[in-house]
Amino acid sequence: MSEIDTSKLPQGGKGFVHDFAADQTTFKGVPWGKAMMWIFLLSDTFIFSCFLISLMTARASTTVEWPYPSEVFGLTMFGVEVPLLLIAIMTFVLITSSGTMALAVKYGYEKNRKMCAWLILATAIGGLTFVGMQAFEWSKLIFHDGVRPWGNPFGAEQFGAFFFMITGFHGTHVSIGVIFLFIFARKTFRGDFDTGRRGYFTSMKSDYKAIEILGLYWHFVDLVWVFIFAFFYLW
Amino acid sequence: MDEENNNNKIETKAADSSSGSYVPPADNIPASEIPEQELYHAKSFWTRWVFCQDAKVIGVQYALTATAVGLIGLILSWGMRLQLGFPETFSFLGPATYYQSVTMHGMIMVVYLLTALFLGGFGNYLIPLMVGARDMVFPYVNMVSFWMFLVAVLVLISSFFVPGGPTGAGWTLYPPQAIMPGTPGSEMGIVLMLISLSLFVIGFTMGGLNYVITILQARTRGMTLMRMPLTIWGIFTATVLALLAFPALFVACIMMTLDNLLGTSFFMPEIFTMGEQLGTSGGSPILFQHLFWFFGHPEVYIVALPAFGIVSDLISVHARKNIFGYRMMVWAIVIIGALSFVVWAHHMYVSGMNPYFGFFFATTTLIIAVPTAIKVYNWVLTLWRGNIHLTIPMLFSLGFIVTFVNGGITGLFLGNVIIDIPLSDTYFVVAHFHMVMGIAPLMVIFGAIYHWFPLISGRHLNQTLGKIHFWISFVGAYAIYFPMHYLGFIGVPRRYYEMYDSPYMTTGVGLNQFITVAALIVGFTQILFLYNIIHSAFYGEKSEKNPWKANSLEWHTPEMPPEHGNFGKELPVVYRWPYDFSVPGIDREYIPQHVAPSEVPTAKVEKT
Repeated sequence: MSEIDTSKLPQGGKGFVHDFAADQTTFKGVPWGKAMMWIFLLSDTFIFSCFLISLMTARASTTVEWPYPSEVFGLTMFGVEVPLLLIAIMTFVLITSSGTMALAVKYGYEKNRKMCAWLILATAIGGLTFVGMQAFEWSKLIFHDGVRPWGNPFGAEQFGAFFFMITGFHGTHVSIGVIFLFIFARKTFRGDFDTGRRGYFTSMKSDYKAIEILGLYWHFVDLVWVFIFAFFYLW
Repeated sequence: MDEENNNNKIETKAADSSSGSYVPPADNIPASEIPEQELYHAKSFWTRWVFCQDAKVIGVQYALTATAVGLIGLILSWGMRLQLGFPETFSFLGPATYYQSVTMHGMIMVVYLLTALFLGGFGNYLIPLMVGARDMVFPYVNMVSFWMFLVAVLVLISSFFVPGGPTGAGWTLYPPQAIMPGTPGSEMGIVLMLISLSLFVIGFTMGGLNYVITILQARTRGMTLMRMPLTIWGIFTATVLALLAFPALFVACIMMTLDNLLGTSFFMPEIFTMGEQLGTSGGSPILFQHLFWFFGHPEVYIVALPAFGIVSDLISVHARKNIFGYRMMVWAIVIIGALSFVVWAHHMYVSGMNPYFGFFFATTTLIIAVPTAIKVYNWVLTLWRGNIHLTIPMLFSLGFIVTFVNGGITGLFLGNVIIDIPLSDTYFVVAHFHMVMGIAPLMVIFGAIYHWFPLISGRHLNQTLGKIHFWISFVGAYAIYFPMHYLGFIGVPRRYYEMYDSPYMTTGVGLNQFITVAALIVGFTQILFLYNIIHSAFYGEKSEKNPWKANSLEWHTPEMPPEHGNFGKELPVVYRWPYDFSVPGIDREYIPQHVAPSEVPTAKVEKT
């Protein structure tokens, strides 16, 4: 077996044709897991698209007025109404965690085990903070403002339903990501990716490429949040 | 351009090869760029046969589970047919049970039988073997995929035993009626159905990612995309469709579950039931239909495309001729797949959506006829002057072509808005979709089982029983569904529990009884087929290696049936497409894919 040197392959349109006409692999030099994650994310994109398109349909067709997001999601700080304050912080934390994830991938490929592990841990904590703030936001909406999936005091009842469903589904994605980040932080600290220690379930070896694959997932979850942010809070 | 590229490749590789021994330039294939796959070697009975990570065993597990649940679907159809044909003699089926049978029959057959059997069953068994891989790329995930599917099936079956029984909303599960009191199974049945579908989607995604990546990233040396058997092209495209279409179903299931359990109003408008207003308002039932059919139409092709692919291989092998227009066949599969995402609303002409949509969707629907017709012509042209062996797989393939043309032509009628509106919700629709996505794919499944059974078990199925099975199934299918077209023309609505002496039925009473008798006969013939499978698996005539003299890699493993890891020590190297039958200029009748050009120097090599 010889690792393929992707820099020697034809580039541009010619490269596209070459890769699809080639034998063995279509995405040259891409590990199986990474290709698989990309296709999964494409499929997941369709799930979130269906959610968001349904939201748009509902907004366009409800007979009752849609609630005004700046009011619903405002926080009162020191007697001042600040619209979208909590969401701004949540978004900032999540995007920052994407940055630490990217750095973790970089240090992973440089085989800087310690640095990589700390950065994964930082990412995990960022994600956990996000989920925590989301829990705070949910409890404020539920217990303070009386928003329910089946109705709310601000307007169209689909508002609460879509809000809890879409942010809940996204929050589940973040939570799953956080769990895996913690597992990966532990694995990296222990040096599993250097020693080729076998996985508990799959009994297969793994290396630092796995961190990049997890990173893809994490960046995707952040990207989806940007869309949810735009459609729910800014529109 | 091909010429040029080939020359380049050969030159560079000739420089690369440092193995010492002389390799003729034409035999040169780039070195392996994929690391040797490490496999989990099972040691105990449990990890070998039950929680197994071998794609071949997983494929058989999928196929057996799908067949078992398909038998339930078959038995439900008997109940329905008895009720429709002889409502006074067989009154054991009340209206509620009838609707539950209709619903469960539809959902089981489309999703849990056909999808699971084609992609989970044939996909798992054939993909690694046909592309020359040792296994799927992530065998562990593949195993979990099957167990998710099994849980989904168990949840579905469990809905038969809950209070209120399974849902009776029709397989399309349209809200609001699916979750309103009065519809059978609106208590627990519908929830279990939605959960089961969601689990199916999750399980399928795990398997589907494996199929796609195995085909894209784990082919053997020399196996270019355009050298893959059409079976793999069909399964591949169908899997991509499934990965993009199932999300819509998943989302629809989640939203309807919330409507049902939490009282949200995604799909529920302001509505009265039993003289009382429900607490819902402002939801859109049409939205569900859009989501459902965005899944539902590609689903038709998820079932049809693997059938297209498999039947191309069966016809080519059993007519001893290369498939006519291979590239055209591949592109037709891909184009049909792409178009299937922009036709969904032709299922909704009478739903009350914007009438202008109908114009657009009728146009896109009719465009699909073009690549589909190309495929049919190519099958026929493959048979033209071929050396047709009337083996059982060939019989079923011929049956498929005829049935598919029949069902496809009625599709042209239903695709037009003005013809669809009077035919909507009549037996014409029932006849159409049973022909085109019921009988036609089943013909291929049967043919494929007769074709690949020797590979899987090392034994042949009984030929006499097989011929009986074919002729009764084939003629019987026409006896069942041709009269249904007529019933549709005279306006008999589908999904009616009892219409024995209704004004619709004045000219059709006898027909319903005839259909019922035919359906029972065809149904029992399938039991004969199952007997044949079970009996032949143990006592069937032993098969020699490669009994059909096929070229594709699955028949050329060192052991038959292939063992774990498929190909022994060395993976095969592929030099040609799998359709080199009756090649002029040489003394052998067929050239398997792994035969090097230098071994057959006088043969004209097909460029693919």
